[in-house]
Amino acid sequence: MFTPHTENERQDMLHTIGVSNLEDLFQDVPAKYRFPNLDLPPAMTEMEALDNLNYLAGANDTTHDLACFLGAGAYNHYIPAAVDNLLQRGEFYSAYTPYQPEISQGTLQAIFEYQSLIAALTGMDVSNASHYDGATAAAEAGVMALNQFRFKRTKIIVSPAVNPQYRQTLRTYLNGYKNVQIVGDEPGSNPLEDPNDLANLLDDNSALLLLQYPDFFGCVYDYAQLIEKAHATGALVAIAANPTALAILKSPGEYDADIVVGEGQPLGIPLSFGGPYLGIFATKKKYVRKIAGRLVGETTDAEGRRGYVLTLTAREQHIRRERATSNICTNQGLMMLASTIYLSLLGKQGFRQVANLCYQKAHYAAQEIAKIPGFSVETSQPFFHEFIVKCPLPVEDLNLHLLDHGILGGYNLGSDYPSLRGHMLISVTEMNSRDEIDVLCQVLKEGNHD
Amino acid sequence: MNFPANLKYRTTDEWVRIEDDIAVIGITDRAQDHLSDVVFVEIVVAVDDEVSKDDVGATIESVKAAADVNIPVSGTVTEINEGLADTPETVNSDPYGAAWMLKIKMSSPSELDDLLSADDYKALED
Amino acid sequence: MTEPTIFELSSPGRQGVRFPDAKVPEYNIPAQFVRQELPLPEMSELDVVRHFTHISQFNYGVDIGFYPLGSCTMKYNPKINEAGARLPGFAYTHPSQPIETVQGNLALMFGLQEWLKEIGGFSGVSMQAAAGAQGEMVGIKIIAAYHQNNGDPQRVKMLIPDSAHGTNPASSAMSGFEIVKIPTDADGNVDFKAVKAETDETLAGLMITNPNTLGLFEQQVLDVIQVVHDAGGLVYGDGANMNALLGIVRPGDLGIDVMHYNLHKTFSTPHGGGGPGSGPVGVAEKLVDFLPGPIAEIIEEGTDEEAPFYGLVMPEKSIGRVKSFFGQFGIFVRAYNYISMLGAKGLRQAAEYAVLNANYLRVLVKNTYHIPFDRVCMHEFVAEGRWKDASEARALDIAKRLIDYGFHPPTNYFPLIVHEALMIEPTETESKQALDAFADALLKIAEEAHSAPELLTSAPHNTPVGRLDEVKAAKELILKDQSLNK
Repeated sequence: MFTPHTENERQDMLHTIGVSNLEDLFQDVPAKYRFPNLDLPPAMTEMEALDNLNYLAGANDTTHDLACFLGAGAYNHYIPAAVDNLLQRGEFYSAYTPYQPEISQGTLQAIFEYQSLIAALTGMDVSNASHYDGATAAAEAGVMALNQFRFKRTKIIVSPAVNPQYRQTLRTYLNGYKNVQIVGDEPGSNPLEDPNDLANLLDDNSALLLLQYPDFFGCVYDYAQLIEKAHATGALVAIAANPTALAILKSPGEYDADIVVGEGQPLGIPLSFGGPYLGIFATKKKYVRKIAGRLVGETTDAEGRRGYVLTLTAREQHIRRERATSNICTNQGLMMLASTIYLSLLGKQGFRQVANLCYQKAHYAAQEIAKIPGFSVETSQPFFHEFIVKCPLPVEDLNLHLLDHGILGGYNLGSDYPSLRGHMLISVTEMNSRDEIDVLCQVLKEGNHD
Repeated sequence: MNFPANLKYRTTDEWVRIEDDIAVIGITDRAQDHLSDVVFVEIVVAVDDEVSKDDVGATIESVKAAADVNIPVSGTVTEINEGLADTPETVNSDPYGAAWMLKIKMSSPSELDDLLSADDYKALED
Repeated sequence: MTEPTIFELSSPGRQGVRFPDAKVPEYNIPAQFVRQELPLPEMSELDVVRHFTHISQFNYGVDIGFYPLGSCTMKYNPKINEAGARLPGFAYTHPSQPIETVQGNLALMFGLQEWLKEIGGFSGVSMQAAAGAQGEMVGIKIIAAYHQNNGDPQRVKMLIPDSAHGTNPASSAMSGFEIVKIPTDADGNVDFKAVKAETDETLAGLMITNPNTLGLFEQQVLDVIQVVHDAGGLVYGDGANMNALLGIVRPGDLGIDVMHYNLHKTFSTPHGGGGPGSGPVGVAEKLVDFLPGPIAEIIEEGTDEEAPFYGLVMPEKSIGRVKSFFGQFGIFVRAYNYISMLGAKGLRQAAEYAVLNANYLRVLVKNTYHIPFDRVCMHEFVAEGRWKDASEARALDIAKRLIDYGFHPPTNYFPLIVHEALMIEPTETESKQALDAFADALLKIAEEAHSAPELLTSAPHNTPVGRLDEVKAAKELILKDQSLNK
C-alpha cells in the first residue's frame, strides 16, 4: 500500500546489506521486548477506512446542519473554495520547514506575505511565522516579556476578560519559572469591570499587561490611557485581538500596544473541533530579536534576484538549545498559508465587508433578543460580534432546547465565571442570516414559556 | 590567527586588556572566526552595574550561531561600546580594537590569575 | 525566476470574493473605534489562484520526489487522510458544542488515544500538545509535577545527551530544570558511566531519544533506564524517531516513563511546510493523573446495541492546559485513518522497511562517505560530508548539489557531534529504485568533489534562485513588504 518493495527487491536489498532477513536488523533491541503483538483492529482498505470515517463524522452535528451562535474563541466564517483548493497542492503540504531556501521559495514567500499581512492588520512592525494558536501565542507573550526584562520584573497582569483558555495556558507555560506571579484575574475578580481599574496593579515589577480586544465578552474598549499608564511604569502591553474585528476597528498599534497576539482561525481555517488553528504574534521592531519562532526575511542571491530566507535563526532552540527563550520548532505552516490565501482573496474590501456583516447582524440580534421577556443583554459597552445575554433558565437547559430546534446556542459563561451563571455569550457572524436570527429569538421566547 | 601577547584570555574565547584598574573585554579572533559573519551584538549590562565573574555581559549572533560573552572579572561596568549595535561586522574585522565590548573597574583583580596567556590560549585549538 | 508579492499584484478596487447584504438595519460603529487605513492587497480570484500556484512551483515536497531529511520522517502522506479530515462531520464542528453533538469526534480521539497507548506501551495518553516540542514541554512539566507531588522539589537536574534535538534542552530550561549534558560513547550510545555519575538525590530525570539522532538503537537502554529509576529519576523518551519502533519494541516496555509522539512524522500526517504538527504524550501508570487535558474518556459504557457515551475529562493532578481546546483535531483524523489502514502488521512493516531502506542506503554509500558510528542503523544514519583530499567541498555543498540531481538534501549539520553531518532518513515509502538513484547521485557528487569541486560550491544551478545572502537578510531585516513602510 504505502510500502512499495516486492519480495525480490527485498531479498536483493537484504543481500546487499549482508543479512539474511529483516529480523537481523533489530539485534540491538532487547530480545525480551522485541516484536510485541500489538492489539489493534485488522487493517482496512481505503474503501473500508473511508466508510469508517464517514460513520464517525456522521455521528456529529455540524455547523452546516445547525444554525451556529457559538463563538467564544473559535468562529464560524465562510471559507472561499479557492483556499482549500490551493492548500491541497502537494508542493505546499508535503514539504517541510524551508531549511533549503533554493527549493522552498514557495513556503518562504508565503510566510513573508503572511508576516506582511499580519503586520498591516495589527498595526505592528513585525510578525513571526505563527504559533500554535491564540492561547500559546498569549503564553509566548508572557515568556517574551519576562525575557525582555531578564526576569528582573516578574509580575504579569492579566485582565479577567481575557479568554479563560489563554489564561490557563499562560499559567501552565510560566509555572516553571521561579517567582513569577500572575495577577488581575483571581477568582472573585469581576470579569466585567472597567479595564482601566487594572492600572491599580501596575508597579515597577510589572513585566506585562495582557488585554483582549474585543475582549472575551465581545466588548471593545479604548485602551489608550491604560496602555499609557503601563508604559509609564515600564511594563510591556500585549493585546490578544480578533483579526476579523481589526478590519473595521482601530488596530492595537494605534493604542501603542507592544505585542499583538491572537487566534488566526477566523482567517479561512475550519472550526475542525478546535484545531489545527493559528497563533498570531506581532510586535514592535525594537523587540524583533525577542520574538520566539520563525521569521522570514527578504534578501538576494549572487545574481541579485530577490529571494527569501529564514532569518535571525540564532535565537532558536536548534542553535541556542537551553539558552533559547522558547522551545518552538514547528509552526502552523499550512494554517498560516490558509490565512494568507484567505486575506488575499477577500482583500481590503471583502474583509471589511465580512467584519461589517458580523457587526451589523450581531447588533441586530442583540436588539431583538433584548425585546424578549425574561432575557436581557448585559453588554453595555460597544461590542463587535459577541454579547452577553442573561437568561431566565440555566444555559445548559436552554441550549438543549435550542438544539431541538436546530440551533447551536451560545457559550455558557457560567462554566468559566461563577459570577456569570445563567449568562450566555452569543456570537453572530456573516454566516447567520436574518432569518436564523429571527428563528433564534422565536425559539428563545418559546423556551421561556415551556 | 592572531592572539596579541599583551592580552589575557579565557578558555571561553574572551580577551581582557588591563588598563590600570580597568579591564577591557572583547572576544578573540578565534571566536569571531567560528561565529563567521556577526550580524548582531547586544550588550546586556549597563554602566554602573555591579557584575560578577562568569556573568553574561553580551550576546553575539551570526547567521549560523549565537554566543554569550562571559565576564572574566568582577567589578563595576564603567563603559560599554554602544556603537557595536550599528556596526556588528567590526567583531569580525577588528576583534581586539574597535570591537571591544565592556570596560570594568575591577573589584578583585586576583581573579585575573585564572586567565591564560596568549601562548596557552593558542595551544587550546582543536 | 521571481514572483511579485500579493502587495505588488494588488490593484485598488479589485475584490476576489463578495458576500450577501446584511438585510438588517444599519448600526454605526462609535467613531472613536473606526479604523481608517487597511493596507491589504486587492486581487481577483484568478490573480490569487495564479499567484499561489506559481509560488507553490518553487517548492519541493514528498509528492515531487525523494526527501530524505533526517529526523523529520518525510514519508508519503496518503491522500485519503486529506479527504477524511475534510469530511464536513469533522471539519465543521465547533469545539464548544455540547458533547452530545460531537460523539463521533470524541470516539475518534478516544480510539486514537487507545491505539497510541497500545503502540507505545503506555497507560495514558493526552492528545493536547500541538507539536513535538510542546509534547516535550508537557513531558518535562509532568516530571516536575511528579517530583513536586512526591515532596522532592530538590530534583532539579535533567540529563540530556549531547546528540539530542535542541528542543530537549530548550523545553527543560523553560520548565526550570538545570541541564547536564551527557556525552556519546565510542559506539554512538549515551555514555552509561556519565549517566551513572549523575545519579544522586537531585536527579529529576533523563531525556533520551531512541533510536538516537545518529540513527542508532541505544544498546544499553535497559541499564541506563534502570540506573535513573534506581536513583529516583524518571526517563523521558523523545518520540521523534518512533517510526523505527512501530511493532518492533514498545518504549513503555523498556521503562520509558513519558514520551511524546510526532503524528506528523510517524503517523503520516503532512508536514505542511512547517506544521501543523501534533505531539500527543504517553505516560506510565504513575503519571496518568498529571497529563494535560481535557482528555476524551468513556463516561457511560456502551452495550451491544449502543455505542459508549464519551466526554472530556481533566485529569486529577493535571499540569493544566497547554493550548486552546483539545489538540490538533484535524491531524488526529489523519493519524487515526493511517493506523486503521495499516493495522498491527502494517505498522511493523512500515518500521521494518524504514530500517531496511536506511541500511541499504548506508551500505551503498559507506565506502565513499565516512560513517563515524558504523553499525546496523535504524531508520536513519549520519554520514560525514567531507573528504581530506577534497577540502573545498563541505556538507552544505553536497546538499546543494543534490538539488541539481533532483533530490531534497538530507539534514545538514545535525547532530552537532558529527563533523559536516549529513543525516539521511529515507523512510519506508521509498522504492529501491529511488534509493539506488539517490545513492548514485551521492557517489557522483563525491567524484565531482574531487575532480570539479566548483560544481558543488556553485550549486544549485537550476532553481528559481541561487544561494541567498543570509548575512544581508539578517542585517537589513526586511520582514514585510516594502510597500507597507510608506
